[in-house]
Amino acid sequence: MFGQSILSLVIWVPILAGVAVLATGSDRNAVLARWIALAGALLGLVVAVPLVIGFDTGTSAMQFVEKAAWIPAFNIHYHLGVDGISMPLVLLNSFITVLVVIAGWQVIQDKVAQYMAAFLIMSGLINGVFASLDGILFYVFFEGMLIPLYLIIGVWGGPKRVYAAFKFFLYTLLGSLLMLVSMIYLYFQSGGSFDIQTWHTTTLGMTAQTLMFFAFLLAFGVKVPMWPVHTWLPDAHVEAPTGGSVVLAAVTLKVGAYGFLRFILPILPDASAEHAWFVIALSLIAVAYIGLVALAQSDMKKLIAYSSIAHMGFVTLGFFMFNPLGVEGGLVQMISHGFVSAALFLCIGVMYDRLHSRQIKDYGGLVNKMPLFAAFFMLFAMANVGLPATSGFVGEFMVIMAATQVNFWYAFVAATTLILGASYTLWMYKRVVFGEVTNPHVEELTDINAREILLLGVLAVLVLAMGLYPKPFTDVMHVSVVDLLAHVAQSKLP
Amino acid sequence: MSDFLTQFTPALPEIFVLAMVSLILVIDAAVGDSKRYIAYVLSLATLAGAAFLTVRDFSTMPVLALGGLFIDDPLSDVLKLFLYLTVAIVLVYSRDYLRQRGLYKGEFFVLALFALLGMMVMVSASHFLTLYMGLELLSLSLYAMVALQRDSSVATEAAMKYFVLGALASGMLLYGMSMVYGVTGSLALADMAQILADGTDLRIPLVFGIVFIVAGLAFKLGAVPFHMWVPDVYHGAPTAMTLFIGSAPKIAAFALVVRILGQGLESQVAEWRDMLVILAVLSMAVGNIAAIAQTNLKRMLAYSTISHMGFMLLGILAGSQNGYGSAMFYVLVYALMSLGGFGMILLLSRAGFEADQLDDFKGLNRRSPWLAFLMLLLMFSMAGVPPTVGFYAKLAVLQAVVEIGYVWLAVAAVLFSLVGAFYYLRIVKLMYFDAPHDTSPIVTSPDTRVIMSANGLAVLALGILPQPLMTVCVYAIGASF
Repeated sequence: MFGQSILSLVIWVPILAGVAVLATGSDRNAVLARWIALAGALLGLVVAVPLVIGFDTGTSAMQFVEKAAWIPAFNIHYHLGVDGISMPLVLLNSFITVLVVIAGWQVIQDKVAQYMAAFLIMSGLINGVFASLDGILFYVFFEGMLIPLYLIIGVWGGPKRVYAAFKFFLYTLLGSLLMLVSMIYLYFQSGGSFDIQTWHTTTLGMTAQTLMFFAFLLAFGVKVPMWPVHTWLPDAHVEAPTGGSVVLAAVTLKVGAYGFLRFILPILPDASAEHAWFVIALSLIAVAYIGLVALAQSDMKKLIAYSSIAHMGFVTLGFFMFNPLGVEGGLVQMISHGFVSAALFLCIGVMYDRLHSRQIKDYGGLVNKMPLFAAFFMLFAMANVGLPATSGFVGEFMVIMAATQVNFWYAFVAATTLILGASYTLWMYKRVVFGEVTNPHVEELTDINAREILLLGVLAVLVLAMGLYPKPFTDVMHVSVVDLLAHVAQSKLP
Repeated sequence: MSDFLTQFTPALPEIFVLAMVSLILVIDAAVGDSKRYIAYVLSLATLAGAAFLTVRDFSTMPVLALGGLFIDDPLSDVLKLFLYLTVAIVLVYSRDYLRQRGLYKGEFFVLALFALLGMMVMVSASHFLTLYMGLELLSLSLYAMVALQRDSSVATEAAMKYFVLGALASGMLLYGMSMVYGVTGSLALADMAQILADGTDLRIPLVFGIVFIVAGLAFKLGAVPFHMWVPDVYHGAPTAMTLFIGSAPKIAAFALVVRILGQGLESQVAEWRDMLVILAVLSMAVGNIAAIAQTNLKRMLAYSTISHMGFMLLGILAGSQNGYGSAMFYVLVYALMSLGGFGMILLLSRAGFEADQLDDFKGLNRRSPWLAFLMLLLMFSMAGVPPTVGFYAKLAVLQAVVEIGYVWLAVAAVLFSLVGAFYYLRIVKLMYFDAPHDTSPIVTSPDTRVIMSANGLAVLALGILPQPLMTVCVYAIGASF
């Protein structure tokens, strides 16, 4: 019955579930709110399953397409569809939402309904971002998701939450507003269309392409985030509640990277080629310099936040290699980072819930009291380093290979991440988990409970599965990526 | 004889309103203070009756009446319907507030309806004379409304400022009109447009006149650098009057600008466009930047109004039907948001307490999650963040300026709206992130609460489905030009 509208369901089920959760009202009904939220999140994941089952890996065309007139005055359509690039991201997001609801189960005791609703609504909006094939529809979802995230950071965040929420919102708004002007310009250049696929074939002069390239670059670069517009991320991460950090790292950063593939590369191929060096340089700085910055952090969340920036540098680097290996490597890295960063933030959340500190120095000797947790934490730390057999390895390896094909020195700088990543992650792990128990509070810690085992266990399986057998992931992407690169290779100068 | 009467039929709503105002004036004086609800109900009935007449005689094409002084076209009919709606909402929101402050008087209703009549004449004017007459009727009523709180020195001062500067603006407008009259020899907009389209040798007097007209219009809109009265009047006037000034007259001012610049001086678009560009950029800049420094919400919304008028001018300066339609959409959406914003201050105020400081909104989410949510929608809409309707208003005017090739102007506009986002976000921050310092219960009457809910949700509903309102605007402009 719903065969024609799977994507609509994927978007609207979480949003409606969020509204239902809001309707439970005050904290007296907190238990009800939690269960409705969980049911909504699970239902959101279930309705996304047909996307995998029914997906045709043999075509680069958009699938599960829905199209209806929305604002005829400006020729704007409610136009949805996914290809091999966006489908895995929709799934990742729907999956992470379930984790986030479970992660906030006990920790959040204040305004539970609003907390859960914000995440569910945001989840629906993010699915909308990945599934939109109309520029304005994309923009509406892209901007709309700022509202719940702003509230999540500001209401449930840490001490400096207000500063972080404002910085996050205004930074991302700056980028997206310039993108909006670019979209309006494209609307007139393409003869009155907001259709993204029409834009893929619109001819554009070099000046226009260059200006729009930088507008889009700012919009998506802020979201990714790329050096030097990354400074909002550590603040937002540190101050956000665990669930907020998980969603930020695992999903919203991907929105930025996704924009590169859907907008910048295919719409502005000539400017992309011309200014590829610029993006590559920024990416390499992110990989090398931010890696060093991560090394100097004393706050665990901040450390992982910087590590995220470094890993996302790999993603953008892979995209601008303009070969299938690089783009697919970047995409694999996105999915992998979604799992690994989510897991690491959950791990930090586990510790924070018990000790209410994110400082590395407050810990030490954790393995004595929480052996099971230490094991999980070890696995995810290794995945963050990029150890073979974990998902972290696959993406990094593919991108470094792709970079070697283009220029040895790109690969050389990129490969420093293997040393830096290992240094900051393992050094942190060592200080937190091993050594003497110096803090008396650590003595009182209890190991993870069933709920936490479930969360980390599922992620552990996924990280290992993707590391051992990544082929299903790359198969889904391959045809779409090849088609995308064919687009990019074609000049659109008039 | 029948010919003589039929020429009045297009103006039937105006005649009806005038008759009813006179009636209310008499009845209210007769029944006294205890039965003030009679005036209230009669005022609402007047609006309903006028709406009925407007809908019944809806004209699908322009009809000139009263010897070319008056025009009844889809634009005027649509705008009038929105005016009735806006004024009705103002009356509902203000009732409790006025009653608690001893301002719940027959004069309020009479002045409000006279102001409405002035606005109706403005939107239906096809002649400089009627335009000016409508404008003055509106302005004089507003001056008196601001001064209605006689024992408040702040309100009196605001009324005085408003009056002096308003009179100055009217003078400028009249001076400009006389110059244009000197060039074209006609006061009727249609004749003027015809003569100017054929070309004239008197370029200098014409441009001179246009400058004064634009300055006068900018005064009325509150566009920078003619904006100084706006914050003082908004701040000083009783909030119910601020609500009135900040909503319906903006719709009428839009009509005024479109009638004069878009219809009368249509062929001179090259002359007035650059002036409007300057006004728009300055308004967006000053309005948004100065709003950040405010601690009084009424003052902050006053500066926000200035910036919104700058945005609306973007649509008008495009000088195309697309642009006018966008500006109309913008101004209608603005009126809706402004009603909600000032209405919220009214709702939170109570006897002896004005909730017009930013800090009064602290922790609203704890005191009343529903009102906080409505205010959240209104603030994000003013900031132009989707999925609220404010976004489409911005989208509409931005595409109008990009269409005429002013991409830089669109970029400037979005950058200033980024500045604006800051202070709207601050309200959300106060409501959601902070703890309340005032924990007294919020008492609202059910009908205001329902209207406020509808007002806030309309911002969201129109944001999800903006097409109906857009269609109305496109139609009204398309069928009237």
